[in-house]
Amino acid sequence: MDPKDILKGDKRAIARLMTLVEDEDPHGMEVLRALHKHTGHAHIVGVTGAPGVGKSTLVYRMAKGLRERGERVGIVAVDPSSPFTGGALLGDRIRMMEIATDPEVFIRSMGTRGCLGGLSRKTYEIVKILDAWGADTILVETVGTGQAEVDVVQAVQTCIVVMVSGLGDEVQTFKAGIMEIGDLFVINKADRGGADRLFLEVKAMLEMGQAPGKWDPPIIKTIATSIEGVAEVLDAMKKHYKVSKETGVLGRKCMERAMLDIEDIVRDRMMAGLLTPQKKELMKSLCKKVADKKMDPYEAAQKVLCE
Amino acid sequence: MAKGKSGSKAKKTGKGSSKGKAGTKQAAAACPPQPSTAGHRIRVLVAKPGLDGHDRGAKVVARGLRDSGMEVIYTGLRQTPEQIVATAVQEDVDVIGLSCLSGAHMTLFPKIMELLKKAGASDILVTAGGIVPADDVPKLKKLGISAVFGPGTTLDDIVDYIRKNVKR
Repeated sequence: MDPKDILKGDKRAIARLMTLVEDEDPHGMEVLRALHKHTGHAHIVGVTGAPGVGKSTLVYRMAKGLRERGERVGIVAVDPSSPFTGGALLGDRIRMMEIATDPEVFIRSMGTRGCLGGLSRKTYEIVKILDAWGADTILVETVGTGQAEVDVVQAVQTCIVVMVSGLGDEVQTFKAGIMEIGDLFVINKADRGGADRLFLEVKAMLEMGQAPGKWDPPIIKTIATSIEGVAEVLDAMKKHYKVSKETGVLGRKCMERAMLDIEDIVRDRMMAGLLTPQKKELMKSLCKKVADKKMDPYEAAQKVLCE
Repeated sequence: MAKGKSGSKAKKTGKGSSKGKAGTKQAAAACPPQPSTAGHRIRVLVAKPGLDGHDRGAKVVARGLRDSGMEVIYTGLRQTPEQIVATAVQEDVDVIGLSCLSGAHMTLFPKIMELLKKAGASDILVTAGGIVPADDVPKLKKLGISAVFGPGTTLDDIVDYIRKNVKR
């Protein structure tokens, strides 16, 4: 595969490369390396929140709005893989089929493949490919998240937390984790009861964290099925991007991301070098002893590392 | 990425799942058996072309393929051939499973095959299911649809067929 095909916008080649990268094929990694210097153009936006809050519908509406503004849009939608079989039902696209044939839109669904932080192991790499393709904005939709699946914050530049009313009292908004990662909060299905109350709860929570010179996350009420509030969301996320650039936050995030990238690759390579088939066999043979309490797991690990 | 390799992977995952069922307690208590993350995982597009609102069958098949360790992308109801082909290309699927119970298969399926060819994606394995009269089956096969699964087909038949016939 030629990196030029990706830069040229050959959708089949782009999709093929994504598969190779997801499958951790060495050739895919080579092409990805060649594309690295062509990335950095796109505004990467994460959309996260509990299952069923309307992430996919909102992403679809946002993509449509961005297209009307003349942007090229990439979408990565992550759904959970089974921890037992590795299979997955990737259903986010169902909400987005109206834009499936738009040549300036590329949608890719991914299974988490064992990753627990709300994204899949290779989400960031897929984002990179869309960036190299020339997407102006890339929307990354996480799996339906709980309180602590916050990997998305490391993969994106602007993070949108989508909420709906009726999922608990105001203490939920004060908890650490997902409520800390929003650069922008969306209260979707705002035509349902309790949306105003939730708005005030989130507002009260955010006001406590306010500081001069710090980005003040807006809270926007939307009804994604009827497009209400979507333009406001787009304006707010673009404003966040601009402010992040101006204040140097974005540059800092890019550095952090680069550090993580290097760390991930180093860790992967070290693990691959360490966990040879022989070592894996050894681990298997020690399993029984540890399960039967004849050996503790620390001793077993020491044996694996030393032998 | 050879055919044999993905076949052996599929077998491995199958073993993992039966273990999980036999010892549910063990599966629930310990960390779940980790399916391999590297290597190719078969990706299937389950598609409902045309004005046909019956998707129970498509959903059952989607669920069955998921449980056999494949990644299944479901389009939802009432899709145009263009939407289906664009999705198949972007998702880089190995297989497309077309479901049609409305009787419009002889209009919709040829159109999809033609668009796949145009997109340079004729290598994707295409199978069909739903209500297809026996007389139409040879015609569809001539178009390049490799198998037609009618009523009474078991999920195992479909899973086995896909595993044996995917190209990577």
